[in-house]
Amino acid sequence: MSRSSRRNPGTALVVGATGDIGRAIARRLGRDGWELQLAARDPSQLKAEAQDLHLRGISVSAHECDVLKEDGGVSLIDALPATPDVAVCTVGVLGDQSDAETDWRAAERVMRTNYLGPALLMGALANRFEQRGHGTLVGISSIAGERGRRSNYAYGSAKSGFTSFLSGLRSRLWRSGVHVVTVKPGYVRTRMTDHLELPALLTAEPEDVAEAIARAIRKRRDVVFVGRLWRPVAFVVRAMPESIFKRISL
Amino acid sequence: MRATHLSGWGRYPIRECRVATLRREEQLADWSQTKTLIARGNGRSYGDAALNPELTLSMLARDRLLAFDSSRGVLSCEAGVLLADLLRVYAPQGWFPPVVPGTADVTVGGMIAADVHGKNHHRDGSFGAHVESFRLAGGNGDVLTCSREENLDLFRATLGGMGLTGVVLSACFRMCRIESEHVRTETLGTPDLDATMETLAASNDWRYSVAWLDGSAEGGNLGRGLVSRGDFATRDDLSGQSSAYRSRAPVSRQLPTPALLSGALNPASVRLFDALYNRVGRFRKGPRLVHHTSFFFPLDRLQRWNRLYGRRGFVQYQCVLPVSQSSRGLRAILERVATSDHIAYLAVLKLLGPQGEGMLSFPLSGYTLALDFPMRPGTLELLDSLDEITTAHGGRVYLAKDARCRPDHVQESYADLPSFVDVRQGATSGTREFSSVMSRRLGL
Ligand SMILES: Cc1cc2nc3c(=O)[nH]c(=O)nc-3n(C[C@H](O)[C@H](O)[C@H](O)COP(=O)(O)OP(=O)(O)OC[C@H]3O[C@@H](n4cnc5c(N)ncnc54)[C@H](O)[C@@H]3O)c2cc1C
Ligand SMILES: NC(=O)c1ccc[n+]([C@@H]2O[C@H](COP(=O)([O-])OP(=O)(O)OC[C@H]3O[C@@H](n4cnc5c(N)ncnc54)[C@H](OP(=O)(O)O)[C@@H]3O)[C@@H](O)[C@H]2O)c1
Repeated sequence: MSRSSRRNPGTALVVGATGDIGRAIARRLGRDGWELQLAARDPSQLKAEAQDLHLRGISVSAHECDVLKEDGGVSLIDALPATPDVAVCTVGVLGDQSDAETDWRAAERVMRTNYLGPALLMGALANRFEQRGHGTLVGISSIAGERGRRSNYAYGSAKSGFTSFLSGLRSRLWRSGVHVVTVKPGYVRTRMTDHLELPALLTAEPEDVAEAIARAIRKRRDVVFVGRLWRPVAFVVRAMPESIFKRISL
Repeated sequence: MRATHLSGWGRYPIRECRVATLRREEQLADWSQTKTLIARGNGRSYGDAALNPELTLSMLARDRLLAFDSSRGVLSCEAGVLLADLLRVYAPQGWFPPVVPGTADVTVGGMIAADVHGKNHHRDGSFGAHVESFRLAGGNGDVLTCSREENLDLFRATLGGMGLTGVVLSACFRMCRIESEHVRTETLGTPDLDATMETLAASNDWRYSVAWLDGSAEGGNLGRGLVSRGDFATRDDLSGQSSAYRSRAPVSRQLPTPALLSGALNPASVRLFDALYNRVGRFRKGPRLVHHTSFFFPLDRLQRWNRLYGRRGFVQYQCVLPVSQSSRGLRAILERVATSDHIAYLAVLKLLGPQGEGMLSFPLSGYTLALDFPMRPGTLELLDSLDEITTAHGGRVYLAKDARCRPDHVQESYADLPSFVDVRQGATSGTREFSSVMSRRLGL
C-alpha cells in the first residue's frame, strides 16, 4: 500500500512551532504536503513536536530560535538547511497589562516578543525572499492590534506595530513576487487564553487558524481574519470616535 | 482555568465544571492544591464519567505520537491522541488499532480508562489486552510506569478504571497488520432474538461481528435484526474486485442547523429500520467491500448526531449478561421495553469473549445489549427496572455509558471492585483524589 500520494508544494518554516497555533499550522501544512522547518525556543518541546510530525510521515527539520536574543532571527535564518518557500511567524506573548504598567521590564518583554522580534525576523527573511524572487511571509498579528484598549494596550500596541510593519513590507515587495499575509485572529482557545472566559460564538480553535492560513497562502490573501464576525468587529472598533472609545471599558 | 457547562455524549447530566487543559506534564504541579480532579478525553462516554465540578482536566492537547516500532507494530503516544488521527496516519501504512469502539472520536486515554471493546472482542479481547504499558500520574504527582511487569495492580486497576486511579499521560500498545483499508463484510437479516443470537455465535470465525436490533419489534419479532460481520480484505480480495465496487472513505457531515433538527428523532423515524431490514432480506447478496470507516464508524458520518435527541439529551443502557442467562435475560429486557411507553432508538447486540485483566472492565463472556433512550419523564424508572433484570441474570452495566445506575447494583456486579478500591486507595492515599460525578454517584 502506498502512502497517499501528496503533491509537494515546497518548504514551510514555522516559527513558534511549539505553541498551540504553531502546532496546528505545522500539522496542517505537513498534511498538505509541505516539507517543514520548525523553529522554537524550547529544545525538548521542539524535539517532541518534530518527532510527532516525522511519525506522521512529514519531512521535518528542527531549529532553535529565541526572538528575544539579540541575533535570534538572523542566526535562525543562517541555520536553515534551505531558504523556505513560506515562513509563518506565530511568536507572541499576551503578558499582563497591569504588570506592564508597573514594571517596565514586563512591558518591554511584551513589546519585544510581539513586535521587535517578529518584525526583525520577517524583515530578514523578506530580504532573502526578495533576492530569490518568490515566497510567502505569514505574520500572526491580532485583532488586538486594531486599536489600543485599556485592558491590553502593551500587547495591542506591539501587535499594531507588527501589523503596520507587515503592511509596509507587503507594499514594498509586491512587485518582486514576494507575498505577505497578515493574520488577525480574534479569540483562539490556546495556552495564551486558558485563563480567560471567552465567548463561545467568537472563539476559534487553533485548527481554524491553521485552515485560514493554508487558504491565505494558496489564494495569496493580504489580510485574513479567523471567523466571520471579526472583520465587522474590527471595522466598528476602528470607526468609533476616540471621544467615545476612550470611555468604553474594553 | 475556566468554568463551563459540560456533559458526556448523551448530554445528560450537564454540570458546571472548572476545566483546565493539560499542555505540559509539569503543569500537574499547578493543581497540587486541588483536592479532586478527573481526566477527560474527548467526552464520548455517555454519562458523568468525565465530569468533575472542581477540576476536569482536558487531555486533548497531549496529542503527540512518540515512537513507532514497525518491526513489532508497537506504537507509543500521548493519551490525548484521537483514534481518528491514528487511523489517518497508520491505516494507509497497513497498520490498524487492535480494538476500536463504534466511534473514532475517542482518545487513547479514554480507550484505556474504559477498556473499550470492539466488534472483535470475541477474538481479540478489549483494548487493554493490547496495551503493553502506560505512564500514570498519581495523586502525589509522581509518574509511574505501569505494565504487566511493573506496578501490575495499578495497571489492572487503571484498565477500565474510568480515570479514578490517576491521569494516563502516554501509552504503548500493539497495532495489527492489515492488507487493505477495506473490510469484506456481509449482512444477514434475522427474524427473532434466538436467530440473532445464534447467527452471532455462528460468526465466530469472522473477526468482526455485531447485530443491530429493531427496537420497535414486538411479540414473535422481538429481537429481529441485522447481523453484520466482516474481516479486513486481503490483497486477493481486492484484486478480485473492480475499484468501482469498493466504497470510498465517506465524507462526514455537520448537522446543518442543530437547533432546527434537534429533536428530529421520533418514533416514526425508527420505522426506517423496517425498510432497511426488508431491503437486506430481499437482496441478500454475498460479501461486499466497504471502507473501514463505514464499517466501524457508521454514526461518525453525521457529526454531533447526539443533538438529534433534543435539549434533554439521552441515555444509553448497555448491559452484558453471561451466555447461559443471555437468552432469557435479553428477552425480559426487550419485553420490558416493548411494554413500556418508551422506544429504544438504537439497539445493538454483540457477543463478547472472556473477561480481561481490568478490575473494573465491563466485558465478560456473554451477550451485550445497548439501547438508546431519549430522556423524558419515566426514562430513569424504566432503566431502574432494567437494572433489576440485569442483576437477576448475573449481568452488569457498562460504566462508560452510564449516567444513572445505583451504587448497589455496580457494587454487586463488579466482582473485583474490592481489589480496585484497595489499589486506588493505596495509590492516592493522603493526597488529591481522582473522582468524578460518576464515582461520587456510585459511592466509589
Ligand atoms: C457513538 C459511540 C459509540 C461507542 N461505541 C463503543 C463501543 O463499541 N465499545 C466501547 O467499549 N465503547 C464505545 N463507546 C464509548 C467510548 O468508547 C468510551 O466512553 C471512551 O472512553 C470514550 O473516550 P473519550 O476519549 O471520549 O473519553 P471521555 O468520555 O472523555 O472519558 C471517559 C473516561 O475515561 C477517563 N479518561 C479519559 N482520558 C483519560 C486519561 N488520559 N487518563 C485517565 N483517565 C482518562 C475519563 O476520566 C472517563 O472516566 C462509544 C461511544 C460513542 C459516542
Ligand atoms: N490565542 C488567541 O486568542 C490569539 C488571538 C490573536 C492572536 N494570537 C497570536 O497568535 C500567536 C500564537 O499564539 P497562541 O495562541 O498559539 O499561544 P501560545 O501557545 O502561547 O504560542 C505562542 C508562541 O510564541 C512562542 N514564543 C514566545 N516567546 C518567544 C520567544 N522569545 N522566542 C521564540 N518564540 C517565542 C512560544 O514559544 P513556547 O512554546 O516556547 O512558549 C509559542 O510557540 C501569537 O502571536 C498570539 O499573539 C493569539
